[in-house]
Amino acid sequence: MLRFSKLSKAGMIAIIALILAFMYIPLFILMLNSFNEAQVSSWPIQSYSLKWWETASELEAIRNALLNSVIVALGAMVVASILGTLTAFALSRFDFFGKTTVNLLVVLPIALPGVVTGVAFSNTYSNFLTPAGFQIGYFGMIVAHATFCIVMVFNNVFARLKRMNPNLQEASMDLGQGVWGTFRLVTFPQFRAAFGAGALLAFALSFDEVVVTIFTAPPGVDTVPLWILKEMARPTQASVVNVVATVIIILSLIPVYVSQRLSRAADDGK
Amino acid sequence: MAGIESGHNLLNEGTTPLTSGVSIRGLSKSFGSVEAVSGVNLDIPQGEFFSMLGPSGSGKTTVLRMIAGFEAASAGSIFLNGQDVTDQAPFDREVNTVFQDYALFPHMSIQENVEFGLRAKKISKEERAAKATEAIEQVKLGHLSDRLPHQLSGGQRQRIALARALVLRPKLLLLDEPLGALDKQLREEMQVELKTIQRESKITFIFVTHDQEEAMRMSDRIAVFNAGKIEQVGTPEEVYERPATSFVAGFLGSSNIIDANSASGLIGMQEMVNIRPERIKLVASSETLGSDEQGVQATIKDTAFLGANTLFILDVNGITMIATRVNEELPGETKGFVVGDRVLAKWKKSHVTSIPK
Repeated sequence: MLRFSKLSKAGMIAIIALILAFMYIPLFILMLNSFNEAQVSSWPIQSYSLKWWETASELEAIRNALLNSVIVALGAMVVASILGTLTAFALSRFDFFGKTTVNLLVVLPIALPGVVTGVAFSNTYSNFLTPAGFQIGYFGMIVAHATFCIVMVFNNVFARLKRMNPNLQEASMDLGQGVWGTFRLVTFPQFRAAFGAGALLAFALSFDEVVVTIFTAPPGVDTVPLWILKEMARPTQASVVNVVATVIIILSLIPVYVSQRLSRAADDGK
Repeated sequence: MAGIESGHNLLNEGTTPLTSGVSIRGLSKSFGSVEAVSGVNLDIPQGEFFSMLGPSGSGKTTVLRMIAGFEAASAGSIFLNGQDVTDQAPFDREVNTVFQDYALFPHMSIQENVEFGLRAKKISKEERAAKATEAIEQVKLGHLSDRLPHQLSGGQRQRIALARALVLRPKLLLLDEPLGALDKQLREEMQVELKTIQRESKITFIFVTHDQEEAMRMSDRIAVFNAGKIEQVGTPEEVYERPATSFVAGFLGSSNIIDANSASGLIGMQEMVNIRPERIKLVASSETLGSDEQGVQATIKDTAFLGANTLFILDVNGITMIATRVNEELPGETKGFVVGDRVLAKWKKSHVTSIPK
């Protein structure tokens, strides 16, 4: 372990505090503002009330947006989990022509600007699939989100499979378990935690996606981020947005916490 | 002992496989352009402790993995009790394996690990638990059955791996360098234990090792592997005293292999020969040879005290030979030879073995 002098320790603590303050003070102000009675967010807050929380709970549009977001995120998560896991198996267990290319192509969507992905999907849907008679609708958002969500599952599962002892599967078959039994009893439990962590990250990634969603959402369908974006253009309702954002911050703590726990379990080899 | 007729057991392709035991005919395995195993023939009767000995990369583990069903054979056949199992999946073969790294399932308790094979056999929960408990007791680890594998020491994991395989009462148990990761004392303890289990259970053991001492200590017969082929099959005495090739002579124990040219000059034999170092006696250079003895004048180049033995490195007209002497007395009690001494290195004529190739 490196040893630091008291002064340099204090300096580093100060830097960390500064960085954390930069990251979290805006969130904190937003959360406080959700209890602000005023029409328009302002500082300092004159009086506190639950007024906007009540308004928000009664708004049909919010509930619809939330439902849409959850459905799209769940759909993207399921698609990404299946495809990401299968790709991870193919790339970690087999050697084939074009392996590195496939690896690159799977990881690329996370690096592509969302606007590019959005335009590409939007064009494909409206210029190609719709004229050909496919009403892609809601499902288009799920597919578009899944393209970059796959990476989350793929990376997690791939890393785990790479470190897994291949003898375990042989031992299972040696002891009489068939292919399916071996997967269920031995292989899957080995990467279960990594799989869960990847799937949760995929969910979170899809849930708050804005850019690709703008291009691929069917007319009249809002997800939570889209709804917030539209509300921000009408400042009279800005405080409702604060309420929704606060709820999302609290809710998003859950998957992050669970996924960190799972990652730690995966590192312990459980 | 099953090994006595070993000379006849290395049968050729086409001969009838054993009805009780393992038979291998013309077994080959290629990985790409590399031939890891080529044309292996073996007959291992039921109940034998059979070792496959060889350096790393000699193909012994690949043969074992083909018998288990983890690798597909490129050519040839494997028979278990007269039945061709070459194309059977591992889970269809009544063969169990003890892996070098034990391959215990890390997410299952010791009890669950040992029950695993019984579970696949659709044995009821109660019976499964009872059998597994008994097997764990047998390897004296009953108090650890609730633990996870990573909470056990290497030696304990080794025993559990053994219990997990033996609880299924296989006819054939494959062991892939199972003692390789243990320290010397524990390894010797396990050697005795394995041998006892094998003798009492009458299960055929096929034991892969690169440790010649371990192979000789435990086996009824040994197959010596080199470069994907079997060089010789025989009892420990046979492979040690009558090595078929210079590789076998060199791999088992120490040896003085003298090629045909040098042999004719030194002792008048027109073939490659081997003289084991422990059979060479060093005496004063003025002594004469008995009628049943041969000898050469030598200079001592170096000596080393090895505890039980003393090692002498000799120079015989430019050829290096080694001789060992058992230290029956304390150092200094008798006057030994020292570096630079001229000596007569002698041995009985019958102790010289000719090596066919």
